[in-house]
Amino acid sequence: MSEGFISRAFRGRRQKSDVAGRLPPGQYLERGFPVLSAGPTPHTPLERWDFSIVGHVKEPKRWTWQELLAFPHETPTVDISCVTKWTKFDTHWEGVSVETLLQQVEYDPNVARYVNAFSDGGYTTNLPLADVLGGKAWVAFSYEGQPLAPEHGGPARLLVPHLYFWKSAKWVRGLRLVDHDEPGFWESLGYHNYGDPWKEERYQGD
Amino acid sequence: MERRTLPGRLTWQRGEVVATEQETARAKSITLALPTWMGHRAGQHVDVRLTAEDGYQAERSYSIASPPEEQPRVTLTVERLDDGEVSPYLTDELRIGDKLELRGPIGGYFVWEARLGGPLLLVAGGSGIVPLMAMLRHRAAVGSTIPTRLLYSSRSYADIIYREELEHLDEADQMLEVVQTLTRVQPPGWTGYHRRIDTDMLREVAWPSDQHPLMYICGPTPFVETAAASLVTLGHEPARIKTERFGPTGEA
Repeated sequence: MSEGFISRAFRGRRQKSDVAGRLPPGQYLERGFPVLSAGPTPHTPLERWDFSIVGHVKEPKRWTWQELLAFPHETPTVDISCVTKWTKFDTHWEGVSVETLLQQVEYDPNVARYVNAFSDGGYTTNLPLADVLGGKAWVAFSYEGQPLAPEHGGPARLLVPHLYFWKSAKWVRGLRLVDHDEPGFWESLGYHNYGDPWKEERYQGD
Repeated sequence: MERRTLPGRLTWQRGEVVATEQETARAKSITLALPTWMGHRAGQHVDVRLTAEDGYQAERSYSIASPPEEQPRVTLTVERLDDGEVSPYLTDELRIGDKLELRGPIGGYFVWEARLGGPLLLVAGGSGIVPLMAMLRHRAAVGSTIPTRLLYSSRSYADIIYREELEHLDEADQMLEVVQTLTRVQPPGWTGYHRRIDTDMLREVAWPSDQHPLMYICGPTPFVETAAASLVTLGHEPARIKTERFGPTGEA
């Protein structure tokens, strides 16, 4: 429908080509770190915090905060894109690879083909299993060298930077392996089921 | 009537600007006629897309200020961000007769309609009033008597968006109470609050937690964090508190 449409007298603020090439379509470069959450920020004390992998696994696993931190840490530097149009370049995180955690459980990847992340406060989001393997996803607990702030999802959030940032569930407490795709919170409210920023998969039907 | 929250594909459509209203020095309302608008729920937003002559595009999201009852006219209220790419165009350049591309409605969580009941607590910081105003206008349009309180924080009297309309609604409706706080400057004789919102203020304004109100908070992130945390402290169920935040946290 936009064919031929021009917003009268709109000139815009073009980015240099090196920036423009790194920005997914419809996104703008943000230097701050905006916060978007659907409800109050939960505050679970670390002594009561744990992370579990449940669902279609031979035996569910659960780790305390200290046990999670004992896994090898990785320090990804990634660009992140929010469906509300901002993209932030070169964000520095520290966390444990989801693949590392999944190596601790036995599951059949031909059955457990999807993952539902669940969080304090009741938030959920769904991902294909393949999208959290291969060094593409982390349970992150540090941002820019500091413990992850509660409003940004601390103590720990999922980090899946190749998808829109609502997939990077804040306040994450675990993963449920499932044999069928089950829409999460925003995915049930009109947002895209997969959320690839480079295909601009913002909303259902995009 | 059960409304669908899952739209089909959200296609871009062109609206014509049929009215504008300067609400404050920084906020402007833009009313669009949208021939193919599918309807919205109070609290939802739209994506706006601007296209330059060479095809360059910029997209942003804006809350809908008008109630569903006014469709196919839809009003957006836009706050001008001085370093913004899209908002200065909308507030300074766009005029009656221009076309604007948008798609929506978007967001099915931060919504209220009369059938959801109450009592209702709305907490707004600055231009965070916009989606809450759609709820108040919807409430008025359907003649709802659901007990409702609005706590609205602005920097100064001149920064209060929809000031006269809120006064009229407050006066005309026994079941609506509008409480304002001005955080920086207050005019002589100001009877509202004089400070940023805090737990004490919410204790005084919010419904008691045993009345299980529905609560909607919209504003800048620190404002929303404070308001939501205060309401949880006061014993309200987190699941009854819905938030919408905008703006960066200030960290670089």
